[in-house]
Amino acid sequence: MENLTSTVTEMQYAMDTFYFLVCGALVMWMAAGFAMLEAGLVRSKNTTEILTKNVALFAVSCTMYMVCGYAIMYKGGAELFFLSGIEADGVAGAAEAATYAPSADFFFQVVFVATAMSIVSGAVAERMKLWAFLVFAVVMTGVIYPMEGSWTWGGEDVFGMFSLGSLIENEMVDGEMTYFGFSDFAGSGIVHMAGAAAALAGVLLLGARKGKYGKNGEVNAIPGANLPMATLGTFILWLGWFGFNGGSVLALASVESANAVAVVFMNTNAAAAGGLIGAILLAYILFKKADLTMALNGALAGLVAITAGPDTPTALSATIIGAVGGVLVVLSILTLDKLKIDDPVGAISVHGVVGLFGVMVVPFTNDGTSFVAQFLGALTIFVWVFVASLITWGVIKAVMGIRVSEEEEYEGVDITECGMEAYPEFTNK
Amino acid sequence: MKLVTAIIKPFKLDDVREALSEIGVQGITVTEVKGFGRQKGHTELYRGAEYVVDFLPKVKVEVAIGSDLLDQVIESITNAANTGKIGDGKIFVSPLEQVIRIRTGETGTDAV
Repeated sequence: MENLTSTVTEMQYAMDTFYFLVCGALVMWMAAGFAMLEAGLVRSKNTTEILTKNVALFAVSCTMYMVCGYAIMYKGGAELFFLSGIEADGVAGAAEAATYAPSADFFFQVVFVATAMSIVSGAVAERMKLWAFLVFAVVMTGVIYPMEGSWTWGGEDVFGMFSLGSLIENEMVDGEMTYFGFSDFAGSGIVHMAGAAAALAGVLLLGARKGKYGKNGEVNAIPGANLPMATLGTFILWLGWFGFNGGSVLALASVESANAVAVVFMNTNAAAAGGLIGAILLAYILFKKADLTMALNGALAGLVAITAGPDTPTALSATIIGAVGGVLVVLSILTLDKLKIDDPVGAISVHGVVGLFGVMVVPFTNDGTSFVAQFLGALTIFVWVFVASLITWGVIKAVMGIRVSEEEEYEGVDITECGMEAYPEFTNK
Repeated sequence: MKLVTAIIKPFKLDDVREALSEIGVQGITVTEVKGFGRQKGHTELYRGAEYVVDFLPKVKVEVAIGSDLLDQVIESITNAANTGKIGDGKIFVSPLEQVIRIRTGETGTDAV
């Protein structure tokens, strides 16, 4: 009998680990989605450079999270720097039996870091220096993101001051005070809004693309070069999101967790569909045209909106949450343009504005949270990431500059930064 | 000899080519061009912002012919390329001093 129990436990361990790894691989594939989306929404003369940023930021994220990010986020002590202690067996010798391999946990966490960083590259596209961007990526993925991750998923106090896990006193249960804490299931705030906050800080110091805003305040269109590519990127992100949210259940090998995973998949998909419908309808009402790029942003907004709580809503609620996200993203894109905050792919709107909405909407379907706790958590993340990013961008700007020259911008950063064009036989200047 | 240069709507190219073949034209030269006439440009919409496309894509067809075929060629192109809407294009006729077939060295009407 004892043998049988042990075999079942090992099967569960193997299955949870396998599930975790597959979900991590799906999230890794989101890097391809971001690369295609961004390459499709920039002009052809800036394609090679945005692709270079996307592949390089992924590699930088993985390396920095290995070097120090994971250790900072999950205070595992010195043995987690360079992951030197991570080979440990998750079952034998551990104080509390882990349900999956520790290295699978690292793999799943590291692809989230890359996702947060991918958000930044789209917002600063077409005018930021390649190397300045990669220096920022080192700081963002090595320190800025892991710090806020340690306060949320890592469970640490914010600079020793307060805990996001127990922000608001709730009620006495069995003589002990219970708390409402900040709840962000897969990271609407922790990953998406954090990436957008870093992007916003960068865009404010960087300025708009030349020609985007006219002297009299008019907004000029700078159409993306390849909408099939942007559409493919959106579908890839949609697919990868099943790993992002589904994997965040952290387990599969029991009836309870398998049910939870299925609900999360269902709601994630429903929200994306709702987001697309919300955005395309609003775009049609406002412009009398079915703007594809807005529809794509709408699907992503639906996904971001549901990410903070894909486990508690009904499918109908998830669709509505997604649809509100899709409406918000269109309004946000138009508003940011009025404020002359130039975001070529809409990343700040999709991940920032809708990320905040996603965090704030959780208490509607989850009794264990409160609006105040959600707001304080989101505020903590935003203030930290925005201020730390602003300082980092500022230092990089002072030391090496963050923006290419006007002439280089006109020629396209493909040639000036990478020395090669994406479509050498046909390029629009 | 005459050189007939027609600027037409791109989707009318096949019709024009067939019409010219029917009256015995042996060869044409086709170029994708951009420009504007009375149709001017048009506005497009991207993420809520309108922008003006000043130059519209057209196709330029060049036909070298003997003068005797001129009226027929003009009639064929006019009929084939006509939609009745603005932007149908124009036909320019200019005198052609000399034509030489490179392979044989033939000149004049023998070469067109």
